[in-house]
Amino acid sequence: MNYAASAHPDITAELPGWRATALFVVLLAGLIGLFGRGAYLQVMHDDFLQEKGNARYSRVIEVIAHRGMLTDRNGEPLAVSTPVESAWASPADVEADGRQVKQLAQALGMNVEELKNRLSDTSRDFVYLKRHLPPDQASKVASLNLPGISLQREYRRYYPAGEEAAQTLGFTGMDDNGQEGLELALQERLAGKSGSQRVIKDRRGHIVEDAGSLHAPKPGSDIVLSLDSNVQHLAYRELADAVKQHKAKAGAVVVLDARSGEVLALANYPAYNPNNRSKVGSQAMRNRAIADLFEPGSTMKPFTVATAIEQGKVRPETVINTEHGVLTVGNKKIHDTHPESMLTVAQIIQKSSNVGAAKIALSMESGTLWQSLSGSGFGAQTGSNFPGEAPGRLRDARTWRPIEQATLSYGHGMSVNLLQLARAYTVFANDGELKPVSLLKLDAPATGKKVFSDSTAHTLRDMLELVVLPGGTAPLAQVAGYRVAGKTGTAHKLEGGRYINRYVASFVGFAPASNPRLIVAVMIDEPDNGQYYGGLVAAPVFSKVTGAALHALNVPNDAPLDNVIAPPADIVREEV
Amino acid sequence: MWRSDVMHGGALNALLLAAVVLCALSVVTSQHRARKLYIELQKQKELAQQMDVEWGQLQLEQSTWATPARVEKIAARQLQMQLPRNGQVQFIRVEPDGRTHQQP
Repeated sequence: MNYAASAHPDITAELPGWRATALFVVLLAGLIGLFGRGAYLQVMHDDFLQEKGNARYSRVIEVIAHRGMLTDRNGEPLAVSTPVESAWASPADVEADGRQVKQLAQALGMNVEELKNRLSDTSRDFVYLKRHLPPDQASKVASLNLPGISLQREYRRYYPAGEEAAQTLGFTGMDDNGQEGLELALQERLAGKSGSQRVIKDRRGHIVEDAGSLHAPKPGSDIVLSLDSNVQHLAYRELADAVKQHKAKAGAVVVLDARSGEVLALANYPAYNPNNRSKVGSQAMRNRAIADLFEPGSTMKPFTVATAIEQGKVRPETVINTEHGVLTVGNKKIHDTHPESMLTVAQIIQKSSNVGAAKIALSMESGTLWQSLSGSGFGAQTGSNFPGEAPGRLRDARTWRPIEQATLSYGHGMSVNLLQLARAYTVFANDGELKPVSLLKLDAPATGKKVFSDSTAHTLRDMLELVVLPGGTAPLAQVAGYRVAGKTGTAHKLEGGRYINRYVASFVGFAPASNPRLIVAVMIDEPDNGQYYGGLVAAPVFSKVTGAALHALNVPNDAPLDNVIAPPADIVREEV
Repeated sequence: MWRSDVMHGGALNALLLAAVVLCALSVVTSQHRARKLYIELQKQKELAQQMDVEWGQLQLEQSTWATPARVEKIAARQLQMQLPRNGQVQFIRVEPDGRTHQQP
């Protein structure tokens, strides 16, 4: 304004016209130049520049998804992943004097020489010093603040139940992937998928903007198992006591919910601590209840008798001539160690007579017997989906010779796993229906397959109750306050195709007999302390586990509390 | 006459200019605020994750302290507890209509 006011009006008019034009042209040229450059950068060089720009503020970060939790049916955690630190080094970048290396070794709990060894290999960029440090060690390492030594967050799995459910849950490896047991079987659902995300970071490293997710992280799902940690504990405790008391090689216990087929407990002994597996042999890792086969012995007799009753061949009170305990089939002899001349069908079960069972089996078509054994789940997978499950062996009926049909009736010449055997007893506990087993908690009981009629199942239930009464093979299986039903089994073990004088003692039963809630199967491998009969070795375990589990589950009594009748001094020995 | 037009147009321009500047500044401030809030969100998310981790660890700790084996040991040894014996247990059955029946 001032300038305009002070300028002389004539001067403006005197400026030559070309100056304005020249200025215009120069400015225009400049403008075109700028536009050109702009277009060049924007169009031709766009990608390169964009990348350079992004590199200054945009970062891709990993979003960690952790492994899902395993809980028991009541929500108690059985396997939990929690972050831990692993120490690693980039040997070329390590700057530490002797004293510092010593301190580091101390913090890591490592040998100084070994640590020096690891740090000396400068050709490698990444060397783990020690993985999965406890938090206090990790903070010590961090406080040393040595260049070239870093901590990396990893996940480690913990098992609060320890050895009690070790073989059933299995474990994960260093990288938190399932390696054994349910951890392996459920790997797909448990494993989380880490995602990545593009973010914008400011100068101080703060994330200031989310620039879009590249892969959304997928955390592993938590899975509720059918196990009940109380029952699992009871089963493991009693099993461990029994195996130690009888100096046995091993043992297993399976507890099933009789109505739904859910596995409430699956215990093995010897066991290991899954939280510290440094000195565990592969033998201790075996889940014997599922992966090991044995000849079931007399626990099979109820199936033979049930088939005969179903076919109308016999009735519980039918008297069978048991031939003073010796029966010759072909050129082989079948023995009863407790010889009787006449037994009713019910007594054959109660006293576990091989001769009686064989005679009943031989009165039937082989195909019929095969059908009901196969229908009860023998010779096939249980559907537990447990890795390494052994399906057992039940030969085709067309290949049976008479002696084989006779021995099958008392459980020789076939093999089962303990879970399979426990599951088969659902047919007696459940009005003749075979339930599928499940290691996962079910919302509603699964529907089974009818194998026997209601009345046959009830008849067998009554017979199996006789087994635990005085006069039966397993009075030690009685439980105070509850009626129980079950069957003992004692079988020679096979070695190299021959029977040897080592035994597998077993007991399978259910309670309360008036309305079965639990099926408990006990197997003790090679008891070696004088006793080896199922009624003496396995039945007491059944009694203790069943009694305590029924209490723990608040099952009402169906018998007076003083129902247990002390067994006579010489318990009826069953046949081997 | 044209002078007042210019004045008029100038005032409008100035007004629009001021509006543009104002808008530009508010874009900057809201961007800044958005970033601050985002940082806050990140911090809270991190906190939530930390708490998640801690929750897992506490659950682990609780279940370790409360393992049936440990509870049983303390109950039996320290507190001298035992399971009820015969005759020490009474069952009371509650019927749907609310009546109760004692059972032996």
